[in-house]
Amino acid sequence: MKIDQPKYKTSDAVDFVIVGSGAAGGVLAKELSTNGFSVVVLEQGPYLTEADFSHDEIKVLQEDLLTNHPKLQPNTFRKTAQDKAKPQRALVYGRAVGGTSNHFTANFWRFHEIDFKERSKVGPIAGSTFSDWPITYADLEPYYTKVEWEVGVSGLAGASPFDPPRSKPYPMPPLPVKGSGVIFERAARKLGWNPFPAPMAILSQPRPGRSACVNCGFCLAFGCEVKAKSSSLASMIPLAERSGKCEIRPNSYVHKIEVDERGRATGAVYFDEKKNVHLQKAKAVILSANGAETPRLLLLSASNKFPDGLANSSGYVGKNLMFNTGAVSVGVFDEQLNDYKGFAVSRILHDFYELDANKVGFHGGGGLDARFDMTPIGFALGALPAGTPRWGKQFKAALANNFTRTFEVFGHGTSLPVENNSFSVDSDVKDAWGLPALRLTYKDHPDDLKLAHWLADRSTELLDAAGAKQKWTFPIDEQQFGVHLLGTCRMGNDPKASVINADHQTHDVKNLFLCDGSSLVTSGRGQPTMTIMALAFRAADRIMGLVKRGDLSA
Amino acid sequence: MITELDRRQFLSRGLAAVGATWTAAHWPAVLSAAEHAHKAAASPETQKFEFFTPAEAREIEALSSCIIPSDGTPGAREAGVVYFIDRALVTFSVDDQKTYREGLPELQKRVTELFPGASLFSAATPDQQEAVLESLDEAGAKASPQRPQRLRYRRSAAAQPLFEVLRVHTIAGFLIDPEVGRKGNRDGLGWAVIGREPGHGFQPPFGFYDKNYPGWQAAPAALSVKKDADKQ
Repeated sequence: MKIDQPKYKTSDAVDFVIVGSGAAGGVLAKELSTNGFSVVVLEQGPYLTEADFSHDEIKVLQEDLLTNHPKLQPNTFRKTAQDKAKPQRALVYGRAVGGTSNHFTANFWRFHEIDFKERSKVGPIAGSTFSDWPITYADLEPYYTKVEWEVGVSGLAGASPFDPPRSKPYPMPPLPVKGSGVIFERAARKLGWNPFPAPMAILSQPRPGRSACVNCGFCLAFGCEVKAKSSSLASMIPLAERSGKCEIRPNSYVHKIEVDERGRATGAVYFDEKKNVHLQKAKAVILSANGAETPRLLLLSASNKFPDGLANSSGYVGKNLMFNTGAVSVGVFDEQLNDYKGFAVSRILHDFYELDANKVGFHGGGGLDARFDMTPIGFALGALPAGTPRWGKQFKAALANNFTRTFEVFGHGTSLPVENNSFSVDSDVKDAWGLPALRLTYKDHPDDLKLAHWLADRSTELLDAAGAKQKWTFPIDEQQFGVHLLGTCRMGNDPKASVINADHQTHDVKNLFLCDGSSLVTSGRGQPTMTIMALAFRAADRIMGLVKRGDLSA
Repeated sequence: MITELDRRQFLSRGLAAVGATWTAAHWPAVLSAAEHAHKAAASPETQKFEFFTPAEAREIEALSSCIIPSDGTPGAREAGVVYFIDRALVTFSVDDQKTYREGLPELQKRVTELFPGASLFSAATPDQQEAVLESLDEAGAKASPQRPQRLRYRRSAAAQPLFEVLRVHTIAGFLIDPEVGRKGNRDGLGWAVIGREPGHGFQPPFGFYDKNYPGWQAAPAALSVKKDADKQ
């Protein structure tokens, strides 16, 4: 239910304007507003509630109920900067209040200690801008704990021998095991690996105003009607609204950050629903628009003072994009799993989190999860073994047999940061508001592709040990499309090789902060949202610290 | 059709499990429901088309019925797929109207080409219908090279795209959530065929493998130690 909010005038400078209401924006809005700051959140998408969510695969998957629409906001793609980019859908992100956290799988792995300092350990890697973070796991640990308790994460502390240290157990037990989880666990143990209950941002126990998961089976790509999925919308936005200090302004498409002659951000310029233009004034601006739209907004905000884009003196805005590598293997079993019931993942393993490059011949690491994340139409169109007839009796028979007997082993892994992999703006293609489109330039680092194959081999081993009747791996190709949008305004101490400092403050504009997937320095092992939320809790603390010390005053 | 609000209340309650054997146990009921649905569909008074003419609808129904046949369990026909497609073409698939209007006459030409004397797809024999579709399914022929090649006919600029769109529409119309008001998956027959129980809330155990799961236990210490050693 929407709660009455304050209505701020655009001409009155609020303490903070936050662009984006997703995993990071939702957390920042809640933290800042409940600490007494006035906040306006500008969200380009609509304000949908649980009543608007639907299990209609057409509405959600084909008509992009919750996500960016390729007709309104077209993209282009090219492999290298030398190529001419061609129109092609290049990314999916949440475009509604709650952002991508509305429709995510909700795998909530913490990053491990190594993710923050791997560059120091392994040294430079050819073709990569691989770097350490300016913060460590220990710096972020209290905020991971905060995410688990405040947003709501189910899991079992100590279940994985590879887990990093934690200050508190999970606030609630793991979700029930699924058939896929049982098969995965048994096979992994046979192989001497260490499977464990997946930490998931889905409630296993009810919380005030939120139901525990009812196992409806429409999870990945869908919004949760019972608020069991710990989206920003279900967990953070209501608290921000209840503070009485936060206005969530949907259908507000920000396209420029205004800067005064002294080089300070003064507010955000946006189109409202009717495409009228407004400037929301603010004392400080926070961009949490995601790893594609945050850099695009900085590039669109180029001016005489900032000719290469705002906060881009490093030239790194939009660069070093990481999608996470991955491989999906599929197994079909004799008996019915009925894995369409429930959330996607119940068991994972981290035995391959840190691989020894001297042994495997490439840099990287990852984890495996057991999942079923397909809804009926999607399954029928995309998940029958190659060679199955596409229509007729045999097609129907395969569908009737396999839908309840299939699960996937999903290998998630690192992507190395490559400078040329980027989001930039393409002036040749315009969106429905007349703004230059997002252009993706991406070519996987060779090690990422090797890792994907290596993970697929482990998944196949597991499916063999599990006695799968049929198994195959989806083709592993160079990626031309992403949903994890990471690293494009990276954090660092060196203003020449990073866009923000460890406080999420841009090196170039004192009262402009960036916090979302773009802040990440390394990609983790494939599950970024937990870390994005933890960074947002930490960023709120750091920003409030700066305000207290008077560091943001004009 | 229950309302969106009803459905959400229904969801929030959470549901008792209906059991993995639901499909098998309920087949007789499902089949009789199917028969009823088919009769209702066959009666022009009960349902009107928004896009197709009755003649076109007969052709589309016959085509979709080849894609998901009625063969002991309900197929596209019983699940009312033709009504879903008709609705689709005036709602989310308006862009495909042309594909249908131009593709159908072309497809009918193919029927005549292959079987001189025949002109309606719906009037052809099952074997003839299958031959027509095989001649249009280029992607399928490529995907399984062991299948006899029947692509000795010219490529049709209009009929092939129709086949591809119709295939997707038929699958969607068979498996769409029956409660969302798109006229597909009538009475949940499509979901019953693939073993998806109706409803939007389930309780574990979900299936065969998790039925007797003893609960999570930490791996024997030896394993963890071994892995730690491997990590060096």
